Amino acid sequence: MSLALTRRLPAGLRCLVPFVVVAVISAAACNPDADRNQDGGGTAPPAATSEPGGSPDSGASPGGSPDASPGTQLSGTLLVGAKYQDADEIATVRYDTFKDQYPEVDVQFTEADFDPQQFLTAVASGDAPDVVQMDRGIIGTYISQGALEPLDECISSAGIDMGQYREAAVAAVTYDGQIWGIPQFYDTRIVMINDSVLADVGLTPDDIDTSDWDRLAEVNEQMLARDGGQLTRLGFDPKLPDFLPMWAAANGASMLSEDGTESLLDDPKVAEALEFTAGLIKAHGSAADFTDLRANGPGSAFFGPENQFTEDSLGAMPMEQWYLNVMAGDTPDEEVSFRPFKDRQGNNLTMAGGSAWVIPSGSENMEAACEFARVVTLADTWYAASKARADTRASEGKPFTGTYTANTAADERIFGELVSEETAGRFHEGVQLAVETADSAITIPPTPAAEEFRRIWNDAVQRVINGEASAVDALAEADQEAQAAIDNAR
Amino acid sequence: MTAPVAGTPSSRWRVGDETRWAFIFLLPWIIGFVVFTAGPMIASLALSFTNYNVFRPPEFVGLDNFERLANDRRIGLALGNTAFYAAFHVPGVIILSLALAMLLLRVGRAAGFFRTAFYLPAVTPAVAVGTLFLLLLSGNGLLNQISGTFGLAQPRWLTDPAWVKPGIVIMSLWSLGSTVVIYFAALRNVPLELYEAAKIDGASAWQAFRNITLPFISGAIFFTLIVNTIASIQIFTEVFTMFFSGTRSSGVQSSALFYVIYLFQKAFEDFQFGYASAMAWLLFVIILAITAVQMKLSKRFVFYAGDDR
Repeated sequence: MSLALTRRLPAGLRCLVPFVVVAVISAAACNPDADRNQDGGGTAPPAATSEPGGSPDSGASPGGSPDASPGTQLSGTLLVGAKYQDADEIATVRYDTFKDQYPEVDVQFTEADFDPQQFLTAVASGDAPDVVQMDRGIIGTYISQGALEPLDECISSAGIDMGQYREAAVAAVTYDGQIWGIPQFYDTRIVMINDSVLADVGLTPDDIDTSDWDRLAEVNEQMLARDGGQLTRLGFDPKLPDFLPMWAAANGASMLSEDGTESLLDDPKVAEALEFTAGLIKAHGSAADFTDLRANGPGSAFFGPENQFTEDSLGAMPMEQWYLNVMAGDTPDEEVSFRPFKDRQGNNLTMAGGSAWVIPSGSENMEAACEFARVVTLADTWYAASKARADTRASEGKPFTGTYTANTAADERIFGELVSEETAGRFHEGVQLAVETADSAITIPPTPAAEEFRRIWNDAVQRVINGEASAVDALAEADQEAQAAIDNAR
Repeated sequence: MTAPVAGTPSSRWRVGDETRWAFIFLLPWIIGFVVFTAGPMIASLALSFTNYNVFRPPEFVGLDNFERLANDRRIGLALGNTAFYAAFHVPGVIILSLALAMLLLRVGRAAGFFRTAFYLPAVTPAVAVGTLFLLLLSGNGLLNQISGTFGLAQPRWLTDPAWVKPGIVIMSLWSLGSTVVIYFAALRNVPLELYEAAKIDGASAWQAFRNITLPFISGAIFFTLIVNTIASIQIFTEVFTMFFSGTRSSGVQSSALFYVIYLFQKAFEDFQFGYASAMAWLLFVIILAITAVQMKLSKRFVFYAGDDR
């Protein structure tokens, strides 16, 4: 805009001229339609054949052999959303297995665990990884947003045998009739009991029975302790709000419909479960006292030699089985008993979580991503990684309590051949129990508003624990809110 | 050589030349403002009328997001928590900062050292502050240990919903150093002869403070009132670090759900950028309204030396 023209403008408008100039320049520089396709995929690989590398007829291990699928020729770059440099053998051995089989593929790693904001930024900038490991609990949110590719075609072309994975893990990655992830890890819950606390109050491990809620409430009162007016020991920690789905299932209820589209939070049985477990907490005096002791009291350092068991600040709790390995390493001599979590009919019950390999939409090397997910979750690959881990732990004089995978055959080999009383010490009993109860697992189905759904029922639980609302009222309100969130996300 | 007469061709040319150079020097700021402030604001306004999750193009939905705002229970909860915090934080900062600044006036040469000491917490990263106060405010943290020594109550600052927000207010007073520095500078500009005159007239210390000090520093107080009000309404980092980082529930997140934290959750955890944009514009309107009220009231309470009043 010429100076002469500027001079003709009224004074008030003249000052806007630089803004207009800069805005025009900025708009021209920012092209939202800029081609995001970067040439990182190399030559397009031919589609993998439908025959897996190891079919049942070949006598190879179930799910296929880690050997490359015959006729599968992959190339290009594969960006994996995971750590490699600072990862342990469980990761590196499996990733190396793929790299060894497919030397033509340039495998790169983001060197970071999955982070929602990081993933979002990567997708927005067109630089998302080709394959990512994601918590199965939040997969629904990304499915509903169109962020992930359905894997049915990938499973078919790569010959992935979904039967090799645990049912609960597959259910957690199945939505709207399609499979969206390849299950990887598998964590479940068992009840861990502090023997010294039991001895102190005259109880036995068999008294810690989650199928008898009346008895459990009595035992909770017996195990908790106060010194003057101050709470000094927790009795039974029901692990609210995280474990509410398991308590609801124990009471014969589900918090979400099987297809993940209908909130069932207002089910009276869910309210009953919440009322009971909140009661276990309130029996300690107040929720604030309970939470404060758990978070800041003796043994609040979850890891290390001063945990809740060594400090006798807890009687018993349901807990994820990976804690066995932590205790085996930090407090190997601590006397801890183990019992299965049971439903009210006395059947073993647990809740499964873990990760899955998913492929973001727009992946530039889908075939390699699919094959990567297949290879790193095969039974043989898992076994090789676990063997390396076990050998490392043995050379360091540290315990090894196994690797909990979503692959049934892998677990059978790992826990049958690599884990024993010698490697797991007094925690071997817990390890065996975790393996035995693995298939008794429930899981929250994928839902379109997974993160929001979790936040809503967590808030409802907090309100009940803090005495702000009854379980029925809090869950009724949460149910409406959750249903609105699910409907909005679909 | 005589100066050019206004209105002559040569004078018009000189004014134009100066204006051009002024805009050239302003250009870096203008570019920054357009690219990093005005542009994103306009984009946010546009997105507030859409459903947008980054993975798919925005979908126009009209006023749906704003209707949802009106019916969202958590908006009311978040605004209530934020209002509570601001109502205690702002007066707390102003009163404490003024008290510290007045103390600084009395320490003479050591004022420089103390001024630095008071200001240092203001440059502490917010995440570090949040982490630090997780320790200080824990059940057996330093604050409760001091309270216990004097036989005072030892609240559960981090686990009791009734004490979470007061604990956050206490945490927020950690970084009042910048306000202290502003008040210190303002106090030093109050003419000393006024205090002498007041003393001669028999005025008490309180009368001198109320009738001399406060009016003369009212401009600084007004500035910090506006700035701290805006900042307190937008509190995020420290509270997110203390109560919302990590995947496990802290048990009191409803009490610590501030407006910007809820906005962050809707945008970056639920991928509802359109709704979050609508929330952002609601916040903008609220802050604008509060600031307008403060500006209106300032005409009655703010004194500028040199004014005709």
